[in-house]
Amino acid sequence: MGEIQVEAENKKYEPKIAAFLCNWCSYAGADLAGVGRVQYPATIRTIRVPCSGRINPLYVLKAMANGADGVLVSGCHPGDCHYISGNYVARRKFALIKSLLNHVGLEEDRISFSWVSAAEGIRFAEVVKGVTERVSALGPNNGIFKVVDDGGAAADE
Amino acid sequence: MSQNKIGSVLIVGAGIAGIQAALDLAESGYLVHLVEESSAIGGTMPMLDKTFPTNDCSMCILSPKLVECGRHLNVRTYTNSQVVRTEGEAGNFKVIIKQKARYIDLEKCTGCGACAEACPVKVDDEFNQGLGKRKAAFKQYSQAFPNAYGIDEQNCLYQTRGKAKGKDICLKCVKACQAGAIDHHMEDKEFEVEVGSMILNPGFKIFDAASLDYYGYGKIKSVITSLEFERLLSASGPFDGHLVRPFDKKEPQKIAWIQCVGSRNAKIGNNYCSGVCCMYAIKEAVIAKEHSHIPVDTTIFYMDMRTPGKDFEKYYNNAKNQQGVNFIRSRVYEVTEAKDDSGDAVIRYSTEDGQILTDQFDLVVLSVGLEPGDSSKELAKLLDLKVNKYGFAELEPLSGVNTSKEGIFAAGAFSGPRDIPETVMQASAAAGSASALLAEERGTLVSEKEYPPEMDVAGDIIRTGVFICHCGVNIGSVVNVPSVVEYAKTLPTVAYATDKIYACSQDAQASIKALISEQKLNRIVVSSCSPRTHEPLFQETLKEAGLNAHLFDMANIRDQCSWVHMNQPEQATEKAKDLTKLAIVRASMQQQTQPIFMDMNHAAMVIGGGVAGMTSALSLADQGYEVHLVEKDSALGGVARRFSTGFRGEDMKAFVAELIEKVSNHANIKLHVGVGIKDVGGFLGNFTTTLENGEQIAHGVALLTIGGQEYKPNEYLYGQDERVMTQIEMDEAIYNHDPKVEGAKNFVFIQCVGSRTVENPYCSRTCCTKSVKLALKMKKKNPAANVFVLYRDMRTYSYFEEDYEEARRIGIIFVRYSENAKPVVSKEGDTLLVTVNDHVLDRPIEIETDVLCLAAAIKAPADGKKLSKWFKIPLNAEGFFLEAHMKLRPVDFSTDGVFMAGIAHSPKNMEEVIAQAKAAAGRAGVALSKDQVESAGLNAFVNKRKCTACGTCEAVCSAKAITVDQVNRVAVVNDALCKGCGACASSCRCGALSLRGCTNEQIVEMLNSL
Repeated sequence: MGEIQVEAENKKYEPKIAAFLCNWCSYAGADLAGVGRVQYPATIRTIRVPCSGRINPLYVLKAMANGADGVLVSGCHPGDCHYISGNYVARRKFALIKSLLNHVGLEEDRISFSWVSAAEGIRFAEVVKGVTERVSALGPNNGIFKVVDDGGAAADE
Repeated sequence: MSQNKIGSVLIVGAGIAGIQAALDLAESGYLVHLVEESSAIGGTMPMLDKTFPTNDCSMCILSPKLVECGRHLNVRTYTNSQVVRTEGEAGNFKVIIKQKARYIDLEKCTGCGACAEACPVKVDDEFNQGLGKRKAAFKQYSQAFPNAYGIDEQNCLYQTRGKAKGKDICLKCVKACQAGAIDHHMEDKEFEVEVGSMILNPGFKIFDAASLDYYGYGKIKSVITSLEFERLLSASGPFDGHLVRPFDKKEPQKIAWIQCVGSRNAKIGNNYCSGVCCMYAIKEAVIAKEHSHIPVDTTIFYMDMRTPGKDFEKYYNNAKNQQGVNFIRSRVYEVTEAKDDSGDAVIRYSTEDGQILTDQFDLVVLSVGLEPGDSSKELAKLLDLKVNKYGFAELEPLSGVNTSKEGIFAAGAFSGPRDIPETVMQASAAAGSASALLAEERGTLVSEKEYPPEMDVAGDIIRTGVFICHCGVNIGSVVNVPSVVEYAKTLPTVAYATDKIYACSQDAQASIKALISEQKLNRIVVSSCSPRTHEPLFQETLKEAGLNAHLFDMANIRDQCSWVHMNQPEQATEKAKDLTKLAIVRASMQQQTQPIFMDMNHAAMVIGGGVAGMTSALSLADQGYEVHLVEKDSALGGVARRFSTGFRGEDMKAFVAELIEKVSNHANIKLHVGVGIKDVGGFLGNFTTTLENGEQIAHGVALLTIGGQEYKPNEYLYGQDERVMTQIEMDEAIYNHDPKVEGAKNFVFIQCVGSRTVENPYCSRTCCTKSVKLALKMKKKNPAANVFVLYRDMRTYSYFEEDYEEARRIGIIFVRYSENAKPVVSKEGDTLLVTVNDHVLDRPIEIETDVLCLAAAIKAPADGKKLSKWFKIPLNAEGFFLEAHMKLRPVDFSTDGVFMAGIAHSPKNMEEVIAQAKAAAGRAGVALSKDQVESAGLNAFVNKRKCTACGTCEAVCSAKAITVDQVNRVAVVNDALCKGCGACASSCRCGALSLRGCTNEQIVEMLNSL
């Protein structure tokens, strides 16, 4: 089985992947994977957001700059967004981020976007396996960014 | 019915049914008196390890309800109590309650356990099914409410030997108790409460396996009951969740389950199916495999596998095909002790083809059935309620929850064996019915909860308290919890960190509250399960401690860590540390946020005018709410219009006609028949639905009761020969005296047509019973008729077993076929021929038939997808509605203010549809009873100095909650409309917009800490 191989390789290199999961679909799908005891690699670090539309491209770059090897953004299926159209907002931004990553010389396979519904526990596990395999294949993120204080994101209120 | 109604309800029995009913009623404005015979609430659920079909930990899902019920201001709980007398009538009952002395003052007891430690008397622990010991001063289980000990007067040395003689014998507990809570001279007391209605859910007892000596229970040590096995598996059980044989601590490697112990047994007068045992045996087999660190061989000996509930069939298939549980269709003759001194047990059984075999097992688990408890029988007698021949309460036909007395409702196993979701449904249905009965008195006796003034912590040094939960063994067996605690202590802002066995328990809440004040904590982080289920519980604790509910975050180290990385303890521990760190970072940057209140529209919309919809509409209308009932078909009634008789012989035509008349004449119900829905918008308290005719209806909640569809078979010559018909068509043909059926002498029924297949991997639940009913009707009318039922497993659960038994007795022939060898239907000339492999003879038999009735599957409604999009609600893989929680929220969607009932949720019979419809109305009534809708207030906010009024936010906001003020050149958020999605914040080009609870700074800081 493929996943076992990944585990063996992980002894040397275990990618760390920042996962943004929307509260209504993907986070619930991840919970369902747990309830069903569907096993997947322990590579993701979840940040729960209300909606995938909340994801600012900055976050992806920040994650990469801070040594995450990959980023997963997962939202509701098209048409199913709890907030009507947030996942479309996310999709537009995501297309932009991909081309930006290419532009700055980061492998676009490090970032993934998926739709996982609240009923798709098994699919969620598959998504994580897929992301882990893709990122593992690329190896550690050497990070082309220098950390320049906080990049103006946490600017004063 | 009394004219002088009282706005309070008596609930007898505080298991999950009692707790659910109590919470529903207390939340909708009624005072609840909750009477429980034992010393703590919870019932049977706390004894169970996991629950099917989700494998949720039973304690984990129950615990928030225990806490909520225990802390609810309008639920008065009386433990060690029973009802001794009642008088009065519906609307106004007087109830005398007798409370036995607990000998420990609930007000003073802190639950520290010093008394139990000091107590020298050890007795068998009933909670652990006698597998462990407890003291005479004891608490049933650690998460119990009340979180207080009690003294068992039957076993206490002072009570039994000293008190009467005036001698100070023992009294060690008194010396040990620092709180001075122990009072050995406490006396039993009787008191009276006045209530408008009663809900009875005293539960069940398990069948006494020792009464059937051929199973060897009580004689052979390795033969145990299924409830004992639950305690073996449970982390809080006598062996801390280590799966060992109780008598020699050997880890069993070969375990057998024997089904139907005390059920489906006419000889002992238990001619009913207990309904839950097949599923719990499968669950126990699966969990045993999961639990043990050595491979475990598991075998289930059964007659028919009955897994007709929602997602049960998938669970069964998974156990069989993926988990490797062995299933042997058999009759067990006896269980004897192995002759090799191993302590093992030997099962002698016959298989379907008549072979007699024996096999030896380390452990044999008897799947014991459910019986009415002694106190249930007493209660029924006391209240003079109708009971059936087994002693279960008999409900009024097609009422779901009504006992034979007006104003008295039943839920759970009081009226027959049922599983947890059905019990919870009945509880909500009973609560809804009581609420309808007492609608005028709503709110007259309740009080509002008051919280301590909120501490202003803005600007204070941040002191975070971190609580890491073991969740029994759910987290602790994978994640190294103590090391996560140590790690947390090293992180910035953390002032205090500790672990908890169950962070959600009553005592943990008390401890968190105490620590907030002792340690001056102003942020709280809990690493445990999913915030989706448990966040409200902890937030309530914060509020009670005077902290703003948002100074909090959770890390999900169970559902998204220990459960999904079971074989990678090191990586899981690392992940748990990281997730905890992320939560600490987020919490440390949380600000006090005040909730936003919006007006509640008190009208309900019911979509679908079948029996479910009409029943829900009536219940809500009786509760005093305005109801819009929408039916796209040209007439009300749904598929039930096609039924002639119900499963208990009810006249369905008359029933449906009466329902239609009631909804048509009810002042609170407005019908919209013959019109579909065009669009839906809004949220709890404020929905707007547009009908196809353009009419717009504003409503606060929605109930989706759109039914299902009958599968139109492509197999067995259906549609090609008019003698081949579905069950509903046959029912109609009988009703219409169709000569095809009237004159027929040979009948064949084929079960599972379109159900339990690869495409439709679920059981349609009702068809076995329906076929048996139709077969009986035909056979009784013409005893000379040849009637065959071709089946895979006969799933005549509950009392329908009686019909199955009668059918066999009067000569209906049941032939089992397997999934791989389905019957073949052919035509020779004009003769309709069914060929099936006989399971006893193991050879094909040919049956000529005049009528072939197909048990066609019940399929999900066609309109489910549309409603799913409109209301933002999920469907399961087969297209049925997916509830918020399969066990404890069976009629709620995860979207607030939207509820479901009927076939659209899953296939079920009419009685069950009615119970669920009333449950949905009950739950909807809870929501509608509120004057305002509270939203957390986690909305977008604008930094005016940064905003350039570019309008991007306005363009992306789908809630139309943000507009640019052209005068002041700044974006303005409308808090009432903002849903808090954050699309504006992520799109803002100047960083002027952010989202409370999920600010840019928080996320960036979380990422920085990765």
